[in-house]
Amino acid sequence: MYRYDEFDERFVRERVGQFRDQVARRLDGSLTEDEFKPLRLKNGVYLQLHAYMLRIAIPYGTLSARQLRQLALIGERYDRGYGHFTTRQNLQFNWPQLRDVPAILDLLADVEMHCIQTSGNCIRNVTADHFAGVAQDEIEDPRAVCELIRQWSTAHPEFSYLPRKFKIAATGAQHDRAVIKAHDIGIRILKHPQSGEIGYEISVGGGLGRTPMIGKVVRDFLPKTDLLAYLEAVMRVYNLEGRRDNKYKARVKILVHEIGTDEFRRRVEAEFAKLDGPSVNADPEELARIESYFTPPAYQSLPEDSQALAVAKAANPDFARWVDTNLTPHRVPGYSAVTISLKPVGLAPGDATSEQMRLVADLAERYSFDELRVTHAQNLVLPHVRKDDLFAIWQALVPVGLATANLGLITDIIACPGLDYCALATARSIPIAQAIAQRFADVERQASIGELNIKISGCINACGHHHVGHIGVLGLEKRGIESYQITLGGEATENASIGEILGPGLPAEEVPNAIEAIVGVYERHRHDGERFIETVKRVGLVPFKTAFKELADAVA
Amino acid sequence: MASSATRPPLPAILLANDLLDGDVVFAIGEADGSLGWTRDPGLALVATDDAAAVRLEGFATAELAAQHVVDAYLVDVELGAAGPVPRHFRERFKTLGPSNRPDLGKQAGEGIAARRSV
Ligand code: HEM
Ligand code: SF4
Repeated sequence: MYRYDEFDERFVRERVGQFRDQVARRLDGSLTEDEFKPLRLKNGVYLQLHAYMLRIAIPYGTLSARQLRQLALIGERYDRGYGHFTTRQNLQFNWPQLRDVPAILDLLADVEMHCIQTSGNCIRNVTADHFAGVAQDEIEDPRAVCELIRQWSTAHPEFSYLPRKFKIAATGAQHDRAVIKAHDIGIRILKHPQSGEIGYEISVGGGLGRTPMIGKVVRDFLPKTDLLAYLEAVMRVYNLEGRRDNKYKARVKILVHEIGTDEFRRRVEAEFAKLDGPSVNADPEELARIESYFTPPAYQSLPEDSQALAVAKAANPDFARWVDTNLTPHRVPGYSAVTISLKPVGLAPGDATSEQMRLVADLAERYSFDELRVTHAQNLVLPHVRKDDLFAIWQALVPVGLATANLGLITDIIACPGLDYCALATARSIPIAQAIAQRFADVERQASIGELNIKISGCINACGHHHVGHIGVLGLEKRGIESYQITLGGEATENASIGEILGPGLPAEEVPNAIEAIVGVYERHRHDGERFIETVKRVGLVPFKTAFKELADAVA
Repeated sequence: MASSATRPPLPAILLANDLLDGDVVFAIGEADGSLGWTRDPGLALVATDDAAAVRLEGFATAELAAQHVVDAYLVDVELGAAGPVPRHFRERFKTLGPSNRPDLGKQAGEGIAARRSV
């Protein structure tokens, strides 16, 4: 894992000191809310409906046991004993008091964490494939690139007042698990088709929110050494020409859309040619230093199959189901990546209690080389587990309610906080997720439906990624009540696409019925072994719209 | 900030978030006739006519300037047996807490206090 150097350490401590002073001046009345708001947002402090909220950066979703334990402590001491993991691989605390935030930031700094760049019009915390360094289809671990970008972008004077927020995601694998096409910049590590050299494919202009767009490839192959100069060129074009006049048109996706991909590419290449590459790009020694933090742990040499695992599975059907559902193949024989679902049926997606965090931290320390990951789907991952240890892990997870076997299934729902917490929300999302999960709680049924991603947002900002859900649910207000718009056919992978609206909005209590109707159409049309999204792509929207219309008409 | 142009229909109450902890607070009529804040929605002062609404708006402006609260605005209510209840579901949630966590927030009796500062 990356460890802070003296510069990082001093920088983070100084920021805490500055913010402590700013909070003191706010509390003694010398700063007004208008003056204080941009300062608090630069330190991850929002005001929600019931309280302040603190958003903590988890760079590229990687955490150590010590860090997770510290989060558990903060949750207990300064919050209500739980936190919420988000689609941006961050953690949000929903109830901190303003006067306590400096103390919380100190506790974070003690474990090399902070809230910088979790808000505001800057380059945000960079996200990555949660199976980085582990996945079998990976060319190279993307986290070194993410860390490099973090160091380059943190408090970068030129990019601290961008037209709007800016989000970057990276993957080193063939299969995109980081939703790179829905980011302002998406970075995919690839091998040059002829030379075999490793470099980057760069996409720009993806994003969700009120104008969802899929990112466009602006560079098929960027040599590794040119990364920062090229990113700087993209940022300069955006910084200069992004629409500062209208916040709804200020994201880079609008610029790319308005001038066209070719023109955008031309401007970036012109800027790139003008830049003095060597003075911007990372010095290869520095890059090597960063990469050395992400070298694989000291795996044992093990047989691919575990006898102990086979025996435990045979004796315990619940364990067998969990193993068959929540594991991801590991590049090293005898190991596995384990997803710990934060989607137990009936609870809020992505919430974890301090007690649960501590237990997961213990497991990471004991069984996963002291490492864990946060996924954009709001789950946790133990990335390097010996198959021999799976049964012990599962037995530890069961009593704290963390052994739900539903990775990628219909109850593994992404949901933003919605109107239960968020001041911008137009409707609730968590209770919708709960109602759908309850409807499909039967484990046999879930298994028979197979992979199906439902994503729910409580307003048009789309923090819950509803546009790229196989089924998306968007909460709106219609004539004074909460109303839910359903979309179908979105995808968050390398085949990224935006879902299409099925029909008129529905009241909350009809949403599970609508999901049921959609699943019913799939079950009637699917070919053997065909996944939900494949059936949708093959048969098209018409049969789904027909079923949806019957339901909507009956409600109307 | 609410002004007469954006004033909701009456009756209405004034709510805000407390500067220190962000908790939702409501304007209340004090014994001496002045205005103050309570954390208990049931005790909120209800403005039933324009003069009362103007008075609440003035209080909001003064309290924002005094850095006691943030995000203060008027909310239209219905008068229930236990006190005023916001008509809009968003504001209703503000008087209760997260609907998926009945153990938290005002609905669980948390922070319910007659005074803003305790
Ligand atoms: C106080 C709470 C929050 C506020 C005020 C907020 C605000 C916003 C806004 C205004 C947008 C739209 C940006 C645009 O269209 O330009 C947005 C997008 C987004 N937010 Fe949030 N959000 C909040 C919580 C969250 C949470 C909890 C998550 C993760 C679960 C999240 C992740 C995202 C993502 C993934 C997007 C869409 C990607 C994009 O930027 O295009 N946000 N948010
Ligand atoms: S989608 Fe809307 S309701 Fe949900 S967290 Fe984002 S801003 Fe809040």
